[in-house]
Amino acid sequence: MPNQTSPLSANQKAKVPFRGGGFQTKSLRLISPVVFICLIALWELGSKTGFISNLVLPAPSEAFEAFMQLARSGMLWTHLSASLQRLIIGWSLGSTLGIMVGLLIGLSSIARAGLSPLVSAIFPIPKIALLPLFIIWFGIGEGSKVATILFGTFFPTVIATYGGVDNVDRSLIRMGQSFGLSRSSIIRKIILPGALPAILSGCRISASIAIILLVAAEMIGAEFGIGAYILLAGSLFAPDQLIAGVAMLSIMGLCFAWLIGRAEKFFLSWR
Amino acid sequence: MDLHLEDISHTYGDITVLQNINLTIKDGEIICIVGPSGCGKSTLLRFIGGLERPDHGQVLQMGEAPKDSLNPLTYIFQDFALLPWRSVRGNISLVLEDHGIKGKKAEPIIADVLARTNLSDFANALPRQLSGGMKQRVAIARALAVRPAVMLMDEPLSALDSQTRELLMDDLMDLWQRDRFTACYVTHNLNEAVRLGHKIVVLSRRPGKIREIVEIDLPLNKRKDHAEHLAEKQAQLWSIMREEARAADKELVHA
Repeated sequence: MPNQTSPLSANQKAKVPFRGGGFQTKSLRLISPVVFICLIALWELGSKTGFISNLVLPAPSEAFEAFMQLARSGMLWTHLSASLQRLIIGWSLGSTLGIMVGLLIGLSSIARAGLSPLVSAIFPIPKIALLPLFIIWFGIGEGSKVATILFGTFFPTVIATYGGVDNVDRSLIRMGQSFGLSRSSIIRKIILPGALPAILSGCRISASIAIILLVAAEMIGAEFGIGAYILLAGSLFAPDQLIAGVAMLSIMGLCFAWLIGRAEKFFLSWR
Repeated sequence: MDLHLEDISHTYGDITVLQNINLTIKDGEIICIVGPSGCGKSTLLRFIGGLERPDHGQVLQMGEAPKDSLNPLTYIFQDFALLPWRSVRGNISLVLEDHGIKGKKAEPIIADVLARTNLSDFANALPRQLSGGMKQRVAIARALAVRPAVMLMDEPLSALDSQTRELLMDDLMDLWQRDRFTACYVTHNLNEAVRLGHKIVVLSRRPGKIREIVEIDLPLNKRKDHAEHLAEKQAQLWSIMREEARAADKELVHA
């Protein structure tokens, strides 16, 4: 039926309106840097004109100046290396152990029955709450900080890994069995590569968790590290340094995400 | 090597899916199993290859499998079951690796099966780059690589469009002319059954029993010229199955 506003007689033509589209995502590379630069520029403008009080939020240029000062004093590398070391050791140990335990739970019924309730019980505990305990167990030094990150990244990796193993296409496993492949071949050549997408997306999450826990751990009894730097800035009431520290964390997170993105591109090019 | 199915019955929970199946699959013969949906055709095929165990009865292998056969009972699946992270060559090499055939030793075998399935130009392609018909050709090449004594085909053409199905049916026929392999071919497509089967086993609806075994004496390569005879056989099969299929259609799904 023709619509009511412009009734068409039988021999008149009208174009069928286009109704598709609208929900496809397009990759627009330029937008995100533009939004970012505009926000910073607005913020700078607001601070310069006094619309944003300096006490509430320092201008981006001041935060950058604080960062340059840190770099000139030579302390930047001290803080950064201390943080990176904790992060890398804690995260890689946590992920490796997590993948191993996750595979165990995914592959063995006994391990699943025994360990998966345990994982579910311990996973939701905020690891920050356990930090005092870790200090008693592993000392106030590096041990407790690495342990916090390790524990924090271990559980999400376990869950991602055994979820990935569970999701491996059963028909592929049956195919492997039907060709008489050995158990170890099926695990190495079918289950592991099949679970890899889930494991890598688990790594993405655990990397962010690692950064959150890093700062928390460094706020207790650390001399160096970005968390310690931020804590000090807070207690000295130096918001410019605080913003500089937070920006460093954000950049660190971006770098991690980029690295994992590269790894995904490399390992999952078959998708 | 013959296969003998002895009084096979199976239940899932309290539903009997198969009842008293007795069947012999003779060497060099293609047996098609047809039946209404849910009659347990695929389950039966899984029993034959040892992927599942029947509650009652057994599948017997009569005589020794050929010495050069790496995997006597080899499946071809409806969903192809190719590893998406391996190339065509890698997917074939997968089933040879466990037999210690790797690298240089595997090359001639892979080249041979790719040539036989007209895939030589696609050795390095990934499954996602291939059409459905090509994927099933890869799966057939993979099956040929282990020199099976019996091919167990679970609706191998059902995921393909009708033109591709025609092409692949011709390919399967050519392969059989060359190798005379034994095959058990499960399908719901009666046309495939009359084109490829020496014997067609009609199963009844649940619980699946053998209703009838229809033999077609025409050699496979002559069948195209006797379309009428095939149409007759197909009509005969359909008349056997019709009521079963109608009743099966009205049943609730239990699975």
